[in-house]
Amino acid sequence: MQIEGKVLKYGHNINTDEIIPARYLVTTSQEELAKHCLEDLDEKFVVKVKEAKILVVGNNFGCGSSREHAPLALKGAGVACIIAVSFARIFFRNCLNMGIPIFECPQVWQEVNEAETIQIDLKTGRIENLSQKHSYAVLPYPEFVQQLIDQGGLEEYIKEEIKTKLITL
Amino acid sequence: MGMTIAEKILAAHCGKDKIEPGVFIEPQIDLAFGNDITAPLAIEKFKEWGATRVFDPERIALVQDHFTPNKDIRSAQQCQVLRDFSRQYGTNFWEVGRVGIEHVFLPEQGLVVPGDLVVGADSHTCTAGALGTFACGVGSTDLAAAMITGQLWMKVPHTIKFIYRGEMQKWVTAKDLILYTIGDIGVDGATYAAMEFSGEVISQLSMAGRFTMCNMAVEAGAKAGIVEPDENTLDWVKMRARRKWKLYRSDSNARYSEIKVYRVDEIEPQIALPPLPSNVVPVSQIEGIDIDQVVIGSCTNGHLEDLRLAAQLFQGRKIHSGVRVIIIPATPHIYYQALKEGLLEVFVSKGAVISPSTCGPCLGGHMGVLGEGEKAVSTTNRNFTGRMGHQKSEVYLASPAVAAASAIKGRITHPREIS
Repeated sequence: MQIEGKVLKYGHNINTDEIIPARYLVTTSQEELAKHCLEDLDEKFVVKVKEAKILVVGNNFGCGSSREHAPLALKGAGVACIIAVSFARIFFRNCLNMGIPIFECPQVWQEVNEAETIQIDLKTGRIENLSQKHSYAVLPYPEFVQQLIDQGGLEEYIKEEIKTKLITL
Repeated sequence: MGMTIAEKILAAHCGKDKIEPGVFIEPQIDLAFGNDITAPLAIEKFKEWGATRVFDPERIALVQDHFTPNKDIRSAQQCQVLRDFSRQYGTNFWEVGRVGIEHVFLPEQGLVVPGDLVVGADSHTCTAGALGTFACGVGSTDLAAAMITGQLWMKVPHTIKFIYRGEMQKWVTAKDLILYTIGDIGVDGATYAAMEFSGEVISQLSMAGRFTMCNMAVEAGAKAGIVEPDENTLDWVKMRARRKWKLYRSDSNARYSEIKVYRVDEIEPQIALPPLPSNVVPVSQIEGIDIDQVVIGSCTNGHLEDLRLAAQLFQGRKIHSGVRVIIIPATPHIYYQALKEGLLEVFVSKGAVISPSTCGPCLGGHMGVLGEGEKAVSTTNRNFTGRMGHQKSEVYLASPAVAAASAIKGRITHPREIS
């Protein structure tokens, strides 16, 4: 599967309080959370993301609170893929568990400009900058994580567990 | 090659003798918990997936602490989700008045014991590492999975050892040590690692101080903060534990990805400037910034000894007329002890307000949200943009001693200035 889109670019250490401020955590609705996504960092984000759905960000993206409302808000706002120099641990887990495609690739952050168009092959992890005609290879996921992704995230894995093992308990 | 305490606990929970960093495992969980923000999302998944039972109700805790006592109708409904789920499945749940801030409350309740593997849908779950426990924050989907299966996928982290040597100066606390450490290694200086705190300074630290240090491990990106259990730990645990515990210690030939040694003699009280917990400087460098609010409490510094320290400074002095002080004992038990010891009397007589045990203002929730341009000195753990309220408000992170001294002077102050 391939994703193609324009790039929205932001800096380092963007935390989950910025992605979705705590004042909105009185709901679990993806649509409602999406309306306020990243508003303290860039009040035009929710408009911009309609045109540019690939997020390219710096170090330690998603640091801070474990709130899964953060990836939920990004997903709801229309973010199709996140490429970071690095991710914070819990945010990384949350994205994998929810099936949001994320990749670590410092070069992309250094070289790709905002509004350029890039294409990502989710299977091979190859990123093509269509504007600059340049491609990058991201680090492959560890085997365990790749299996989790292939199964459709933790959700599908657990549903299968419930069916096969736990339903009769 | 030997193993670190973190590796030993993880190995034991998947029935292995030996385990290495980087390996993926699906260990058994001793306790899984969430709060009124993260658990509703987990419960939604639980229902959506068609689960009909939890793996063990005794080993699941739903703690209403973030927006409680309910700040509005919607937060009240989130707490109802926890309450209803607990009634249906028999999981641990406590009503307002008997519930505290999860990371201080659950160990106090004896639900976390040394040697445990704990997952919590809250990033500060790493606090419990102070007991010689491996405790790490996870997401809501993770919590749902753990509640159903009693297991969770994990990668074994590498361990960085932090050794603290020497003698702490007067007014220097555990909070200053951890701020100093995060200032040194940065907000991603320990990403995915376990931070093992050791050395004679840590041995001499109270349990409260150890909780404070482990609490902020996540602010350096760590998966866990951990302290090897000793006599202090046992004294603390014996009075509280509801289950059997197991003591693990790192082997003398354990493998660390890095070892950092700090001489604490030189460290003075620290403060983290907005907007990152790593923007740390000695307090003396930025004394004089005017402030509007002081918060003393939270899962980081809402322990009894934190309140004692603050009360000691307020005794015989006045809170500055332009500053509002909010005291938040982390649990009802701490609140009651502070009441019996006369600490609350000191606070109230000086014009501070006592909050019930809640995360409240720390995350800009309620009970002390900041307006535009306002500045707070807070004993909490995060000073991100907008964390405590308006996006143009500022949070300075410090110890209870620095916070109290600053409240008295109305500006950021080194405690020695008023003592």
